[in-house]
Amino acid sequence: MSHRVRVNPITCEAHGMCAELLPEHITLDMWGYPIVDGRPLPPALLDHARRAAQACPTFALLVEREPKPRG
Amino acid sequence: MRSPSTIEPREAPSADSGPPSLHQEPTLPRLLAGIPAQGAMHLHEHLAIHGELPSSPRRRRGPSPLIEQIGRAGLRGRGGAGFPTATKMRAVESAKGRPIVLANAAEGEPASLKDLTLIHSLPHLVLDGGVLAAQAVGADEVILCVCESLEAHVLDGLARAIEERRAMRSERGADRLPRLRLMTVPQHYVAGQESALVNHLNGGPAMPTFTPPLPFERGVARRPTLINNAETLAHIALIARHGAQWFRQLGVAAQPGSTLVTLSGPVAAPGVYEIEYGASLSSLIDAAGGATGRVLGALLGGYAGSWIGAEHMHGVVLSDEHLAPLGTSLGAGVVLLLSDEACPVAETARVARWLAGQSTGQCGPCVNGLAALADTVEEVAGGVAQDEATRRIAALAALVRRRGACAHPDGAVNFILSSIATFAPEFSDHARHGPCDACARTGELPLPVPPPRPTSRPTPAGLR
Repeated sequence: MSHRVRVNPITCEAHGMCAELLPEHITLDMWGYPIVDGRPLPPALLDHARRAAQACPTFALLVEREPKPRG
Repeated sequence: MRSPSTIEPREAPSADSGPPSLHQEPTLPRLLAGIPAQGAMHLHEHLAIHGELPSSPRRRRGPSPLIEQIGRAGLRGRGGAGFPTATKMRAVESAKGRPIVLANAAEGEPASLKDLTLIHSLPHLVLDGGVLAAQAVGADEVILCVCESLEAHVLDGLARAIEERRAMRSERGADRLPRLRLMTVPQHYVAGQESALVNHLNGGPAMPTFTPPLPFERGVARRPTLINNAETLAHIALIARHGAQWFRQLGVAAQPGSTLVTLSGPVAAPGVYEIEYGASLSSLIDAAGGATGRVLGALLGGYAGSWIGAEHMHGVVLSDEHLAPLGTSLGAGVVLLLSDEACPVAETARVARWLAGQSTGQCGPCVNGLAALADTVEEVAGGVAQDEATRRIAALAALVRRRGACAHPDGAVNFILSSIATFAPEFSDHARHGPCDACARTGELPLPVPPPRPTSRPTPAGLR
């Protein structure tokens, strides 16, 4: 079961916490909004991703399960 | 390929211009058959031309016969995305809860008039389709969504059309038909986007929402919601009467049937035309009386679409399989010709600024990115851009794409990049030498006047 992070662009207010806590997958654009690389999360980073999601002041970062492996 | 035919919608129809039966040579017009020169077609005239409304009962078990028929017909949505209609209907039909149907005639694209033409002149075709779709998915209500900026006589005409159907129903004591309601939505580019419609009808602002859930799962009042474009429903009205095989007699295998196209720019008779997929671009222009001057290019798909430069217009065929390699598509059926009186750079700058203003302001990359793109294009047009402007535009485009909750930023980027690629010599000339003589005449590409602003009015005020 693989996981990915996704940003809700409507609720995101560019606080930038996610890029601090999950720099392996998230960088910030020139306005401070997160750019998510879209790659599946390695198991070792899953807890870090969840912590980043909890740290987001607007709960705009989502850790989602892959619905189905891509075929 | 059959020679494509087109018709001019405002022309008085001949008496026997009803849709053909299976045994006749397939002909156009289908949707626009008998379109009145003025006002709306009345219900009795509509029934005389197209025949009685068949019912589309739901089976106790198994899929609805109408949905199967629509699937065999290969009907795809006419709102721009081209999603298979039967697939969408099946998803709504099998979702949990009593569905609701939205007939989407909000038509936010400034260069599109086809849905307006349908609801203004042929409202019963759209209402038929709404009723049939509702019966097929088991919905008890159809809400016709139209733009609040419609002229009063169009709104009155629609209210009258709904009243005509109520009267006929009570006269005949007909079986239970779904309830029809009219709802206005704000005039805004993205107000007709599916999740924005749902949001508006649920009492929120007419702005897109984060998905999932998609409307077919949980939409208006948390019910499974089928949202079809007005033209899609009009095709359903005819498929239910004449069948899938009849529908496929026009068009190409991958895109069967006819479609409405709004043609504007330097042609003798701009307006809404019905063509079959696979018709040539030149036949469409000929049907509109031909070009009235030299044309610089054709913008297909409106302000989310892409250009075909004049040198590539010859031989262009209007079907997605032919247009995809050219990097474009018909979208919601918009063909916009740009005359050589206009400056493509100034026009792009003007539309880019408008598109930036149409961001609802919800998503950071869209708000900031489209504004920065508009700034940079304006600098190029004014000859005050720095050397790396082209690279800056490419970088901004990459920062905007796929980072909004809806497709607006992606569409705007498409339009801007395609303009720059198609009119590359003009753009580099402006970057070096500043405005040209034609820049002063800017304003050929149609934009709503005055430019509407995003509104977030709660829904009850929009109810009629």
